[in-house]
Amino acid sequence: MIKRINPFLVVFAAACAAPLVVTNPSHQNFLILVMMSAQLGVAWNILGGYAGQVSFGHAAFFGIGAYTSTLLLIQFGVSPWIGMVAGGTVAMIFALLIGWPCFKLKGHYFAIATIAVAEILQVVFTNWTSVGSAVGLSLPMQQEGLKAFVFNASKLPYYYIALGLLIGTVLAARTIERSFLGHYFRAIKDEPEAARSVGVNLTRYKLVAISVSSFLTAAGGTLYAQKELFIDPASVMATSLSVKIALASILGGVGSLFGPVIGAGILTSIEEVTRQIFGGSGRGTDLILYGLIILVVAVYYPNGIVGGIKAWGERLAGREPGSESGR
Amino acid sequence: MSALLEVQGLGKRFGGLVANLDITFAIAPAQIIGLIGPNGAGKTTLFNCIAGFYPPSEGHIIFDGREVTGAAPDKMAMLGVARTFQLVRTFSTMSALENVTVATLLHDKRLSIARERAMQALEFCGLSRRASVVAANLTVAEQRRLEVARALGLEPKLLLLDEMMAGLNPAEVQEAVALVGRIQSRGIACLIVEHVMEGIMPIADQIVVLDYGRKIAQGTPAEVRQDPAVIAAYLGEA
Amino acid sequence: MSVEILLQTLLSGVLIGLVYALVAVGLTLIFGVMDIVNFAHGEFLMLGMYASFWLFALYALDPIFTLPFTALLLFAVGAAVYQTVIRRIIHASMLAQIFSTFGLMVLFRGLAQFLWKPDFRSVENSLVSGTVTLGALQFGLPQIVAGAGAIGATLFIWWFLNRTRVGAALEATAADREAAQLMGIPTQRMFTLAWGIGAACAGVAGALLSTFYPVFPEVGANFVLIAFVVVALGGFGSVTGAFFAGIIVGVVEVVGGFLIGPQLKLALVLFLYLLVVLLRPQGLLGRA
Repeated sequence: MIKRINPFLVVFAAACAAPLVVTNPSHQNFLILVMMSAQLGVAWNILGGYAGQVSFGHAAFFGIGAYTSTLLLIQFGVSPWIGMVAGGTVAMIFALLIGWPCFKLKGHYFAIATIAVAEILQVVFTNWTSVGSAVGLSLPMQQEGLKAFVFNASKLPYYYIALGLLIGTVLAARTIERSFLGHYFRAIKDEPEAARSVGVNLTRYKLVAISVSSFLTAAGGTLYAQKELFIDPASVMATSLSVKIALASILGGVGSLFGPVIGAGILTSIEEVTRQIFGGSGRGTDLILYGLIILVVAVYYPNGIVGGIKAWGERLAGREPGSESGR
Repeated sequence: MSALLEVQGLGKRFGGLVANLDITFAIAPAQIIGLIGPNGAGKTTLFNCIAGFYPPSEGHIIFDGREVTGAAPDKMAMLGVARTFQLVRTFSTMSALENVTVATLLHDKRLSIARERAMQALEFCGLSRRASVVAANLTVAEQRRLEVARALGLEPKLLLLDEMMAGLNPAEVQEAVALVGRIQSRGIACLIVEHVMEGIMPIADQIVVLDYGRKIAQGTPAEVRQDPAVIAAYLGEA
Repeated sequence: MSVEILLQTLLSGVLIGLVYALVAVGLTLIFGVMDIVNFAHGEFLMLGMYASFWLFALYALDPIFTLPFTALLLFAVGAAVYQTVIRRIIHASMLAQIFSTFGLMVLFRGLAQFLWKPDFRSVENSLVSGTVTLGALQFGLPQIVAGAGAIGATLFIWWFLNRTRVGAALEATAADREAAQLMGIPTQRMFTLAWGIGAACAGVAGALLSTFYPVFPEVGANFVLIAFVVVALGGFGSVTGAFFAGIIVGVVEVVGGFLIGPQLKLALVLFLYLLVVLLRPQGLLGRA
């Protein structure tokens, strides 16, 4: 439908043009953060929203991406761009190794297992001297420019790279959603046993989901490393990060394409606002807001904001919400 | 005529509980076999063993000349065995068309072709007008037919129907009987677990009767109706 | 490594394991009765710790004496949580249930941080401070009292579940909700009771811990993870299983930490969780 395509292009055009209007560097940084969170949310959604395998351990992939590209850069001088692909590949292999036994687990057992895996990884990295242990790794910033993936003078290049990564991730999600994989994932999410009965190999397709999800999440990790120029286990592998990533999708609408983007926007805004008003997140106000939001969403709007908007829109059109599949 | 499905000496134990013991029978291509017996006789267990959801504790299952004992459900689907569920398990957030498409995708991953085939299956089951309705919003009778359509989407050689007529009114039962007849004329064999006698006796070629996990009788519906062992089993339950 | 050191480590593991067991008993009770995994369970423990701490800091009341009050307080909190939030998501999807208790977890941590600041607090010089020497072995008195208190509380729960009518009603609801309902057992009240008791268990554990463990908003995080491991090992839904599994996990943690280094303790315990759920999903004594 024509109506579907236009908003997408409009938003894209707006996003490309935004830095011309938003010239304040800290506002630009805010937008970059939104896009980076959104990218992670969309990547998470492929596994958690589409295929229904809720992970609270995605920081593991993020951290693997960040550490892989950083270590390749520091120790072998490998370009961060190659490092990004390498990081994604390592994360994907790790995901396959972990996923294969863990996908036997259902529901909350799986969710807890993802927390366990990510926490174990964080503990290991915190005590592993060769990768910097708790002290972390600093990235070289002398070389600048696109090839070095470091930009000191202006943050604008990061903006467009983040936008590019976000668009790439959204396109990947959209392609999956509209392919046979989209049908299989939803079937696995709704009724795994029935899916098996029509020939869907659950483990194989869950592994497909986690491969794509982990690769893209890891790529986000590399971007983070190149932007912040410092990584340590606490900043790239913490469970709190995993929760935030999942939260973007939960809030925006698990299983919808743009839900995580909306959710990321709101969450990042909350973080910034509470930081401005209460000065630093040490006071827990952002946590209180997050908690309330999660609760309200979980209890009243399990399909997130996008789900709520859809239902409201359908009511306006005079139809019972959920009576016709929108796809 | 060589059998499509052969069940040989099949047994299934859950810990100390013997659900199936030494069950042997065969299904020929395009044949309709009814599986009946009092509650707790082990019908659904046998069903699940054939469909690949439980691995048998002993015995063999041979499908289309192939040893498939203990094969996983997705493998069985690929080989041409489709099933419905006693408590309806449609994909509740997906439309009727999408439900069946998941099945038709098995043999061809191209979405447009799979959708066409799915639409055909829906038409065959009288659900084409409801194609875009989300499964959760269909009536129970419609969801049962949707499960059949979905199973047919696999283009199976054998269809396992698990109590598809339970709770239907007489008119709906007749519709279901007609549907099974149409399925048989497509050359698809059916193994039907049923309690609704008016639904199975008129159409089955053979009836297999289970009681306490064992096969106690097999024959045409007329033969089975008069079998003293069968009568005793049902009377004994009352 | 001498026998004494091994024995010391072993017994230290048992002592802390008993506390883990108590926390896990609460978690497994909630799961057993209503099939919900309470991600916010660590926060009940945290609240119990803070209750003990503030009563001690503001009114010089020793945690040992305020224990019954803390238990009742957390019972009320658990019941309130059930009535306000959980009641609404009983029939929701598992995703919604996971998110709800997760939301509670985040909310409670935020509130604790906001109200009491992220600083580490501790109960200094309570009645049970000091050490106990048994031959060549030395133990902290708070740890011994905590272990003993945990045994007492767990026995009380066991007695309640197996020797009282209300406890039997609770077990019935856990075994078969509909059947229990048909027999006249009020399900809503059972659920409220389960949450109250579950929270009280965690709260009492927190009160016991407060005499020797630092008190801070995030303290629930590690304990809830360990509680998951204990519940998985003991079998989701089994109180007796949780008791023995708690001791095992405590021993694994302390002895393992001693052998391979204390910083890797958590990783070891979590690895145990993965082993258990992958190799023996029903745990030691759980339902299949």
